[in-house]
Amino acid sequence: MTQFIFKRLLSGLITIWFIATATFVAMHVVPGDPLANAKAMKPEIRKNLEARYGLDKPITQQYVIYIGNMLQGDFGISFTQKNRRVNDIIREHFPISAVLGVLALLIAAIGGIVWGAITAVYRDRWPDSVIMFLVVVSVSVPSFVFAMLGQLGILNLNQWWGSSLLPVAGWGTFQHMLMPALVLGLGTMAYLTRLMRSSMLEVTSADYIRTARAKGLSPLRIFFKHQLRNAILPVVTVLGPAIAAITTGGFVVELVFAIPGLGRYFVQAVQQLDYTVIMGTTVFYGAFLVLMVLVVDILYGFIDPRIRVGKSGA
Amino acid sequence: MKIAQVLSVLLMVWLLSACEPAKVQGVDYDKRSISIALTQEPPDLNTTSSTDSVSFMVLTHVMEGLLSYDRDNNLVGGVAERWELREDGATFWLREDARWSNGKPVTAHDFVFAWRKVVDPANASEYAFILYPITNAQAINEGELPLSELGVRAIDDHTLEVDLFQPCPYFLGLTAFGVLNPVNQEFYESRGERYAADVEDLLYNGPFKLTSWIHGASLRMDKNPEYWDRDNVWLEIIDAPYITEDSNARLNLYRDGMIAMANGMNEQALLGAMQERMQIKTFMDGAIFFIEFNQRDERATRSKYLRKAIQTVLNTEDLVYKVIGNPGSFPARTIFPRWMKGVDDDFVREFPPERVPVDLDLGRKYIELAKQELGVEQLPPITLLADDSQGGSKVSEYLQAVMKQRLGLDVRVDAQIFKQRLAKMTSGDFDMVISGWGPDYNDLLTYGDLFYSKNLNNRGRYASEEYDHWVAVAQRSLQREERAQAFAQMQRLIVEDAVIVPLYERGVVYVQNPRLHGVVRRPIGGDPNFRFARIAAPEATP
Repeated sequence: MTQFIFKRLLSGLITIWFIATATFVAMHVVPGDPLANAKAMKPEIRKNLEARYGLDKPITQQYVIYIGNMLQGDFGISFTQKNRRVNDIIREHFPISAVLGVLALLIAAIGGIVWGAITAVYRDRWPDSVIMFLVVVSVSVPSFVFAMLGQLGILNLNQWWGSSLLPVAGWGTFQHMLMPALVLGLGTMAYLTRLMRSSMLEVTSADYIRTARAKGLSPLRIFFKHQLRNAILPVVTVLGPAIAAITTGGFVVELVFAIPGLGRYFVQAVQQLDYTVIMGTTVFYGAFLVLMVLVVDILYGFIDPRIRVGKSGA
Repeated sequence: MKIAQVLSVLLMVWLLSACEPAKVQGVDYDKRSISIALTQEPPDLNTTSSTDSVSFMVLTHVMEGLLSYDRDNNLVGGVAERWELREDGATFWLREDARWSNGKPVTAHDFVFAWRKVVDPANASEYAFILYPITNAQAINEGELPLSELGVRAIDDHTLEVDLFQPCPYFLGLTAFGVLNPVNQEFYESRGERYAADVEDLLYNGPFKLTSWIHGASLRMDKNPEYWDRDNVWLEIIDAPYITEDSNARLNLYRDGMIAMANGMNEQALLGAMQERMQIKTFMDGAIFFIEFNQRDERATRSKYLRKAIQTVLNTEDLVYKVIGNPGSFPARTIFPRWMKGVDDDFVREFPPERVPVDLDLGRKYIELAKQELGVEQLPPITLLADDSQGGSKVSEYLQAVMKQRLGLDVRVDAQIFKQRLAKMTSGDFDMVISGWGPDYNDLLTYGDLFYSKNLNNRGRYASEEYDHWVAVAQRSLQREERAQAFAQMQRLIVEDAVIVPLYERGVVYVQNPRLHGVVRRPIGGDPNFRFARIAAPEATP
């Protein structure tokens, strides 16, 4: 087990280094000028700025400096927020995205498993059709539409009630998180529902289910003990990437609900070619994704003893 | 994407039709407090390096320069009590009761320190050029002279002396600009790299001070008890508990009674607000938009006749009223906005710009002349550089269609993201570009010198000795009539040489709590401004 984790950590580090290098190259190849502003700059002012950000040095040297700083855990100072360190931006804003992401994932996972199981049990009957229709809608409608509709929904609810039941936007209390988390988790929930449905159906026709039925086990016991537990595996597999996708993909939701998460910085940095923030957030998210995949791989063993790592003995 | 947007608008209209008229709050009469939403986290509250409008909006409340603006946008004393502007310099006498939020007096030394910082090459301020009228400022910024050579001295704690290397008629206006605000040296140095990074990393000398700032989330300003004119500040709290770029979200917050003003509404939000019969307000933010022609040698648009042809067939009224459809924007006929002052009245009233009537026959005649001038049988396709936003493509597609229809001109729209458009503008990779300009200081020169041959913002490289002459007159003269005449000549040349085709002056559309009064909107130096704001008492419930 330890050896496995060590190996995976090493390959993870290589992945992160690769991400960092690829981002560095891509960022410098992309057309546009990070220092350009609406107003033209006198050459001497530009020179001062380049010196300040180290852009006056040759590109290879910039790369070496950047990798060196990264190894010491220093992502530098933002180009647009001139007195904020990228480390501070990540430290202050990632927890917010993470809390929102975890809540969204919780909603998505529970919803996905429940809806998926229901559709499988009621296969080809009306609950199946209704849920699958909603799933198709949730997968195909972009999240900004749901975000806007969700916000309008709260607004109408508040006006109908006469006082603010739920906040329309902002951040701070649990009430603030409900609607954004729901909106954010909706797409994943739909995806998980589909996944859960097909994997449940696969399991239903498996031999051991027939055996269990033949043994005379109660349907409820078969459902929970044999069907659900086996069907849930593929769902767990996608949870790792899903949590990374949810915490990084919250940009639109964060914008609409005025949430100070990291997603906003991530996207704005790309638009504004804020080199240090692009590098910092991309590498950070990359590392986060690598870590999540690793966690899922380890979790796997607990759910399905057959694939417990390191013990295979093969 | 398109379909989803149309769908969402339809859904929104349907949902809104079920709405009650909005209750509007965001103000608290008893606490003398208002709530607003910011579009963005202020990126840089260090006045010596700040460049963006959100930072300046905050700074105009928490800082004060030598001069400042009253509620009618006239220059009045700020930290300075009296002043004198001469051809070769200026003197400012500072009031004794101007204080920092830590109780220490604001002195002339604070200005000397701040202005040196602005031109310090190590500080890399993008606005350093604005101090170039001061003796040696440019040489210092280029690293040729030490900071101590800057032509600004503290005679004593309360007298500031400025040397100007050439007359600068708009210098007083500059001293009200955030970049020229004072900075306390002792405090600045005690904070090091953290200066202005957080609430406690900044000293305040304005009517308000920052009391809370959660990055990306919220910001709060409270009345500054040390401010010398505190008795004339009614408001106690300006709270900004929301930061979002999404104008629909801001309107929803306004509808829900959480904020007192929903600023900068886009088309969708405007539609929603009109549905509910909200009172829509508009204000000109100073930005003016135009087609700029590339006059570099290899470009077809170097032909004056080709430019005149385009100028002659474009109807700006159609563009503004039918295509853009933003109730705050106005068709532009010149580079000077309609609210700028001339001698005694608005400049465009005193010197109305020449109107170019739409004349399709004349336009086609110009096209023939352009072919002769360029020595070609057929005009090559013309590139129109534009931004890739939704509103931007509407305008560029309209222009493309009009030029094709009326002149038979092939126009290729080159839509680019902001930074790439800038890069192409700078390198001259365009024939025409839809360009915009916002003012840096309250003087016609901030627009007029745009087409000065050596101005780096003159991306089309228009070069006219006559134009340069009038810019020089406006730069040096302290006579108002003489300067106004010079600007009128620039305006004439812009039409005559078809340097640009003015399109529109941008208006910002917003809604505001009707009980909130005295909010000053202005294109220069921090907007909106709540310094003079008051809340009307709630009506007694019967």
